[in-house]
Amino acid sequence: MRMSLTSILAGISLALACGTSVHAQDKQLTIFWAEWDPSNYLQELGNLYEKETGVKIVVETTPWADFQTKAFAEFNAHGNAYDLVVGDSQWLGAASEGGHYVDLTDFVKEHNVLDKMAEATVKYYAEYPGGSGKYWAIPTEGDAVGWSYRKDWFEDPKEKEAFKAKYGYELDVPKTFKELTDIAEFFHRPDENRYGIAIYTQNQYDGLAMGVENALFSYGAELGDYATYKVDGIVNSDKAVAALENYRKLYEFTPPGWTNAFFVENNQAITEGLAAMSMNYFAFFPSLLNESTNPNAKNTGFFANPAGPDGDQFAALGGQGISIVSYSDNKEEAMKFLEWFIRDDTQQKWAELGGYTCNKAVLESEAFQNATPYNKAFYETMFKVKDFWAVPEYAELLQQFNQRIYPFVVNGQGTAKEALDALAGDWEATFKKYGRVQ
Amino acid sequence: MATAVMTTLDPKSRAASRGMSDLAIRNLFIIPTILFLIVFNIFPLAYSLGYSFTDFRASTNAPANFVGLQNYRDLLNDPYIWNNFAVTAKYVIISVVGQVVVGFGTAMLLNRDIPFKGLITTLLLLPMMLSMAVVGLFWKLLYDPSWGVINWALGLGKFEWLGDPRMALYAVAITDIWMWAPFVMLLSLAGLSAVPKHLYEAAAIDRAGPFYTFFRITLPLVAPILMIAIIFRTMEAFKTFDLAYVLSTQPSTEVIAIRLYKMAFQEWQTGRSCALAYIVLIMVLAITNIYVKYLNKVKER
Repeated sequence: MRMSLTSILAGISLALACGTSVHAQDKQLTIFWAEWDPSNYLQELGNLYEKETGVKIVVETTPWADFQTKAFAEFNAHGNAYDLVVGDSQWLGAASEGGHYVDLTDFVKEHNVLDKMAEATVKYYAEYPGGSGKYWAIPTEGDAVGWSYRKDWFEDPKEKEAFKAKYGYELDVPKTFKELTDIAEFFHRPDENRYGIAIYTQNQYDGLAMGVENALFSYGAELGDYATYKVDGIVNSDKAVAALENYRKLYEFTPPGWTNAFFVENNQAITEGLAAMSMNYFAFFPSLLNESTNPNAKNTGFFANPAGPDGDQFAALGGQGISIVSYSDNKEEAMKFLEWFIRDDTQQKWAELGGYTCNKAVLESEAFQNATPYNKAFYETMFKVKDFWAVPEYAELLQQFNQRIYPFVVNGQGTAKEALDALAGDWEATFKKYGRVQ
Repeated sequence: MATAVMTTLDPKSRAASRGMSDLAIRNLFIIPTILFLIVFNIFPLAYSLGYSFTDFRASTNAPANFVGLQNYRDLLNDPYIWNNFAVTAKYVIISVVGQVVVGFGTAMLLNRDIPFKGLITTLLLLPMMLSMAVVGLFWKLLYDPSWGVINWALGLGKFEWLGDPRMALYAVAITDIWMWAPFVMLLSLAGLSAVPKHLYEAAAIDRAGPFYTFFRITLPLVAPILMIAIIFRTMEAFKTFDLAYVLSTQPSTEVIAIRLYKMAFQEWQTGRSCALAYIVLIMVLAITNIYVKYLNKVKER
């Protein structure tokens, strides 16, 4: 008995000794992000940081469907599990007003982040409230919605001839929403198991909203005035109605059962040879060029979101910025990491690894723009992006958007005008509830 | 009688030899359980009742304000919430009736001497051993209009099981029936094999027809155990989340648990979602009570 007690004590003290010594050597920063390729690239970048400084970087991930819930569950509990979070742009309001993010305004000004990063990315990934000059994040993964298409279908001389005969102009990459709709209609042939277009329709979170935004913004419409919270007459303007009607028209040319589609399904539309064109975030395009995941990789091309009838051209913003969690025990270390992260050479490496940098110099470089078939479209898009509301109650606004818009787009119930009028009413009531308007 | 059991501790047992009294042992077993229940069940239940009268949001640092019955009033005036309840009720009825018919029918078929009866029963039980989310993902592929095996097997062309708002709820219910009918079958089988054979013999001697035998002998004797299966399945169907969430996003399949999840963990309207959870709890309690009353009546017969 005595023997075993001594050995247990010895064991415990040994473990403690090792534990403390390991702890002293290994400083570690944990970054939380969703489970996708860019997180792996960030881990690789983190490994470089560890080589330089000895501080270990661990990128922890969770599936997209779970990302928001898990991050906010941790924030709400004031947990210190994560030192940094690469959070969605819509979270800025909730996370800053909730005190979950460290205020990075001084950091941003001191390190000239505003000059280094593309303007729109700082505006949407970092600033809250809009136009306030207060910053909560550093743009990390730039992303927006673009389009992939089947080059072989577009370049087929017979198709070109038939298209010209029917529509009176050359079949080419669409420059406007009208052309996009014509081409979708042209390639929509259910009896050949070929369909015109794949668009976002999922209403569980922000899928449908991202899709509709592409039409809405390019039609010159807005979701509302982000400074005054006025929505009536803006989100249900004539332009918005026309944009939504166009989106509904596009839905008619989607493959059968396209009622729950987001980024996974829209990439499948290309890999399975179902659709001629498919909307998706740029972040999901690398797998379309990979022949092991896309049998049509050689025949896949890319283009930026087309312009509306008045020449406006915008796209819905995806992507994330990196923020320091207020409850982290390593805020100092986290700041040091951010300092390293925004350096031009780090951003260059980030882009080389596959990350979508927001660094102006890198984006504008020839090397970046020619690195992949979609980088040029990405570069063009990142300077004309717009985003959803970033207020703390954004999820309620999304829910109301889904409740009003989905039945019209997918099930053809009611009219676009009715749906948007009702949405304006819902949003107004929500802003009143939170005291943003009188 | 219970105390009689509690107070007799075998004087030769190890516990007695260590000098522990009966009371100490009883406390040792019961107190941790009760503490666990209080900490993880009763306390949160009471706490969330308090939240349901506030505008508390877990995602912000703003203090919770008391709003009285505002949350309940808003919820009960929200046509979308009523729609969620209507969808849930429809789903419960379709799914439970389907499970009872399929499950009880299969049990009747299996309740005779057939070769490989044990093996067949085991194989039929497989669906309910799978995870709900996995079943949902599989059936999503099976239902797919472009490459799904169901349309191919039934020759339905491009029929949109999940895309058609009128069909989607049935499609989800069919999956649920596939998964949980074996549960009803298992309980029914236990009930059926307990029916005394001499009753059937007596019925045969009296030349009773098969329908008469079924409705006057089989069903009344299996009814109590079938009622238990129905209670379980109704409560489960009322709380359905995974299957419907994974399979479909049609508003016509948004059952109340999905709306509750979105309200609580996407919108972080903690106070309001607590109120909704209480409304659901009261409904489930009420329905279960009716069933239990009926079950007792059936047992008395």
